[in-house]
Amino acid sequence: MKISLTGAVFGAVMASAVYAGEVLPTAVAFTDGAVEQSLSGMPGDAANGRLIVGDKKKGNCVACHQVSDLADVPFQGEIGPPLDGAGERWSEAELRGIVANAKIMFEDSMMPSFYKTEGFIRPGKAYTGKAADDTFGPLLGAQQIEDVVAYLTTLKE
Amino acid sequence: MRKLTGAILATLLTTPVAFADPVDDTLVLNEETEIVTRTAAPDHLSDSLDEVMSGWLFRGKETRAMQADDFDNPGMIFVEQAMDSWNAVDGSEGKSCASCHDGLETMAGVKATYPKWDEAAGKVQTLQMQVNECRTERMGAEAWPYDKGNAINMEAALSSVSRGLPVNVAIDGPAKETWEQGKDMYYTRTGQLELSCANCHEDNYGNMIRADHLSQGQINGFPVYRLKNTKLNGSHSRFKGCIRDTRAETYKPGSPEFIALELYVTSRGNGLSVEGPSIRN
Ligand code: HEC
Ligand code: HEC
Ligand code: HEC
Repeated sequence: MKISLTGAVFGAVMASAVYAGEVLPTAVAFTDGAVEQSLSGMPGDAANGRLIVGDKKKGNCVACHQVSDLADVPFQGEIGPPLDGAGERWSEAELRGIVANAKIMFEDSMMPSFYKTEGFIRPGKAYTGKAADDTFGPLLGAQQIEDVVAYLTTLKE
Repeated sequence: MRKLTGAILATLLTTPVAFADPVDDTLVLNEETEIVTRTAAPDHLSDSLDEVMSGWLFRGKETRAMQADDFDNPGMIFVEQAMDSWNAVDGSEGKSCASCHDGLETMAGVKATYPKWDEAAGKVQTLQMQVNECRTERMGAEAWPYDKGNAINMEAALSSVSRGLPVNVAIDGPAKETWEQGKDMYYTRTGQLELSCANCHEDNYGNMIRADHLSQGQINGFPVYRLKNTKLNGSHSRFKGCIRDTRAETYKPGSPEFIALELYVTSRGNGLSVEGPSIRN
């Protein structure tokens, strides 16, 4: 399974200046697992979020979740619950918290933390098997998280 | 309160919706050797698993069938190559494996007990290390690189004559410390994806992760001929791939860490039949 951005894209995420209003991965404020504030300071783009959720090289959420709305994406996994109706079960702030770091909402969750940069054991440089270097960044950027959250809020049953 | 609801909801939802269970099938090699592909879990696993299952049960029909007949099993081509090196003189002492061990069939049962503690070396040795010990200390020949050509072929040959016998590695006595190290590794969540072997192979076997049907990650079938890369693969190389896929820094085949992990993972399959060379995708 490939959940990620390539090293090159990581480089880009890290190198780009922190936009005004962007919350750093180390500064995200969780309340009961939820995050109220937009991580990028901007609204999300649901159409782009839909692509990220289904893209093997980006969110790759379908590695573990089924999403009926993404019927065109083959091989959806069954590690986590289907995401259908997630926008009804959870508020926007809760969805942001789950995508940023699901382990706060669900203790010991198997779901990767997509907006986190610290506290890993033997972190690698993407999928090379080598040690992480200074290109290391979160699995998804702040705006990508917002886009995914915007998409999830559209998933109603 | 919300947190609780979320967790409970998620639990309800994760209880299997679509089953992708292992198949109900039996493996008989060459119409004579019965292979135990599922059996009661060894005692040390009683808190986590009831049954242990070979990866064979999680593969498709064609892949399973290929393994049942040696003429269809491409892994056996490499076993034949190893038979040639078994008889070939190599090194300064002018000896072949056969000079001291006679036929390969005298090795029946050996693979089932490896990795094991070696008193003289004062450490746990894998089968490949044992073979290299014979080469460097008894034949005056060079060590074969780990998990590569000659070494993996010979491991497959040694395995082939043990097929059908139950895996039975010792985890107590002097091997215990190494076994504990391997166990720690198995349950440690590594890499940027923070996944342990157990997350995938203990908590989720039978489930699909993207296009892959997760097995228990057993190594009773190693070396494995993979359809994906059309060659024999060692267990350490497989570990390396799985660890890399958690976006972690991995270890090298033949490293002390992988020796420990091999001992531990092998012991999770105590009771299953030796199956290698097996076929997987
Ligand atoms: C490695 C597997 C894995 C991946 C990859 C993954 N998740 Fe999850 N996710 C889970 C699991 C398991 C749960 C169940 C929560 C728990 O651990 O108890 C979950 C729960 C959730 C939930 C709450 C469940 C609900 O009610 O719908 C949402 C929303 C969610 N994930 C979204 C995502 C999104 C979006 C992505 C991609 C950016 C993603 N997940 C990637 C495993 C995964
Ligand atoms: C000069 C004689 C000699 C040669 C040549 C030799 N071995 Fe050995 N081998 C031994 C001895 C002696 C032992 C027992 C060592 C011990 O118990 O620690 C042994 C042990 C082994 C074992 C472990 C058996 C067990 O029950 O654990 C394997 C496997 C093995 N040899 C394979 C090979 C292979 C493969 C070759 C050729 C590449 C080879 N040997 C060449 C003498 C030899
Ligand atoms: C993200 C999930 C994941 C993690 C974590 C993972 N693996 Fe795997 N592993 C797989 C997949 C997928 C396969 C191929 C399908 C199968 O046999 O499960 C596989 C295959 C294997 C196999 C081959 C089994 C066979 O029958 O040929 C072994 C052995 C294995 N894994 C061991 C491990 C070990 C040891 C670890 C921990 C260091 C580990 N895996 C971590 C996903 C994972």
